[in-house]
Amino acid sequence: MQFDSQTHRFTDPGPFARIMLLAGIAGLALSAVGYFVDARQFFFSWLVAFTFWTTIGLGGLFITMVHHLTGATWSVVVRRIGEALMCALPWMALFAIPVLLGIGVLYEWTDPEAVAGSEMLSRKAGYLNIPFFVIRTVFYFAVWILLARLLAMKSLAQDAGWDDKRAHSLLTVSGPGMIAFALTVTFAAFDWLMSLQPLWYSTIYGLWFFGGAATSVMAMFAVTVSAIQAKGALTDVITPEHRHDIGKLMFAFLVFWGYMHLSQYLLIWYANLPEETAFYKMRWGAGWTAMSWILVAGGFVVPFILLMARGPKRGRSTLAAFAIWLLLMHWVDLYWNIMPALHEQTVILSWMDLTTMAGVGGFFLFFFWRWLTRHPLIPVTDPKLAASIRLVSG
Amino acid sequence: MSATTSGRAAVETGAARVHGALARFSGPGELLRAAEEVRDAGYREFDCHSPFPIHGMDAAMGEKRSRLSWFVAACALFGFAGAVALQTWTSVDALPVVVAGKPFFSHVAFFPITFALTVLCSVVGAVVGLTFFIRQQYTHPVFHSDSFSASGSDDGFFISVLAVDGMFDREATAAFLREIGGTNVELLEET
Repeated sequence: MQFDSQTHRFTDPGPFARIMLLAGIAGLALSAVGYFVDARQFFFSWLVAFTFWTTIGLGGLFITMVHHLTGATWSVVVRRIGEALMCALPWMALFAIPVLLGIGVLYEWTDPEAVAGSEMLSRKAGYLNIPFFVIRTVFYFAVWILLARLLAMKSLAQDAGWDDKRAHSLLTVSGPGMIAFALTVTFAAFDWLMSLQPLWYSTIYGLWFFGGAATSVMAMFAVTVSAIQAKGALTDVITPEHRHDIGKLMFAFLVFWGYMHLSQYLLIWYANLPEETAFYKMRWGAGWTAMSWILVAGGFVVPFILLMARGPKRGRSTLAAFAIWLLLMHWVDLYWNIMPALHEQTVILSWMDLTTMAGVGGFFLFFFWRWLTRHPLIPVTDPKLAASIRLVSG
Repeated sequence: MSATTSGRAAVETGAARVHGALARFSGPGELLRAAEEVRDAGYREFDCHSPFPIHGMDAAMGEKRSRLSWFVAACALFGFAGAVALQTWTSVDALPVVVAGKPFFSHVAFFPITFALTVLCSVVGAVVGLTFFIRQQYTHPVFHSDSFSASGSDDGFFISVLAVDGMFDREATAAFLREIGGTNVELLEET
């Protein structure tokens, strides 16, 4: 693996992409076997893996639009990472197909008998029905892919020569794009995850989903920065100041995510309505209590206290270690939200949880890394680039 | 006439108190570089004055990290513990009231107030601690300088070295400030 500091490109992208592609193929093949072994387990494991990697791609889209909207300077040197992440979203659309194929297994509201037997479900049928669900999922991806394509194409076009008009058009895309993003992400969370328990509802669910995506994408930034610097790239372009800013945002979104979790729990606990408390009753039964504790302590309390300090956010390996931990916790979070619909009594980890993560993740990281190494690692013509390199974060 | 002459002579021979030396620099970059020189020369009791904050000045002046964050952390812990104690005492001991069948000690119900008091104590601690840790003072020897008063908050970049510094010497310090590029070097004398 070699890096050319003149063009800011890898002259030899190294074996990472190949390894990820192989992991992806092996993961998909084993998961396909899993489908014939236990189709229900396969679809639920797939949903966890699919939402995990999709939220990271969505985080990349979000952070790129925020960058343009705020006219940020600090993030110019790391902007390409977010762009590379969002450019993996079109491939995630392909991985949504198994979710749509497994719709009858995953979602109780697809069963006509269950709907007929429940007044609540039959009243919800206007929204929760198969054709509308498929149309919505296709629509979400159409919006995300359109935004990602537009933002990435314009950004890459700037590399050939900076154009102020084009720079402004990035802003024009990001403004309405952010509104579209907020709505589609919220409804995607309602559709893909909340409707697993169709009688339960939480209006803050979309914000929880977004909080996880935003935390994970900053974690992904930290891991990527650490990885490319370990390969000798951008070692004097991305400084502890940039890591500090990435760490601060990761910390801030972690607090936001925890705040959303708490808000949801607090209101449901106070009101104590049976149709709402069912969600927590399931996750506070014998088999799920341990995982709930892991989520509270490992997902929030411990990283919150440790990441508050300045040192861990500025060090390359410490920040990367926290980032990997938070990515793991993002998986636990999604697992904790999805899996009780399948294993009501207790946590039953399956080998398919691993193979689907490897299958979807292998391809996600392959396309992410391929995009990142095919283009200059920093937007070389950006007038704010020099100021971004000189950043003092404090 | 003779009284005035003798008065001036007293100033010139050093009877008037000299609080320090002041030098002007042409811009923020020059000020930053000069601050490094003053730091490396071994001065400790000096300050930089500019119309706006300059990134990197803390390191250039050899300032250590502020201990304010530890003070704020202690205030936050105090707020947290105080809120839990206050709510536990009021709702378990002093005035136990059954609300919606919840236990008297309901940590979930305590969250909002615990959160709010933790934040409140941190913020108040930060403001109070700041005035303490920056060694808040209401006057400074630089105000004895006419050129500082004229442009110190406008377009002037100054370094003042205070006489309380062990290394301070009227001639040597002034010469040093001139040497590192300072102009309009003057002694800060009580008038």
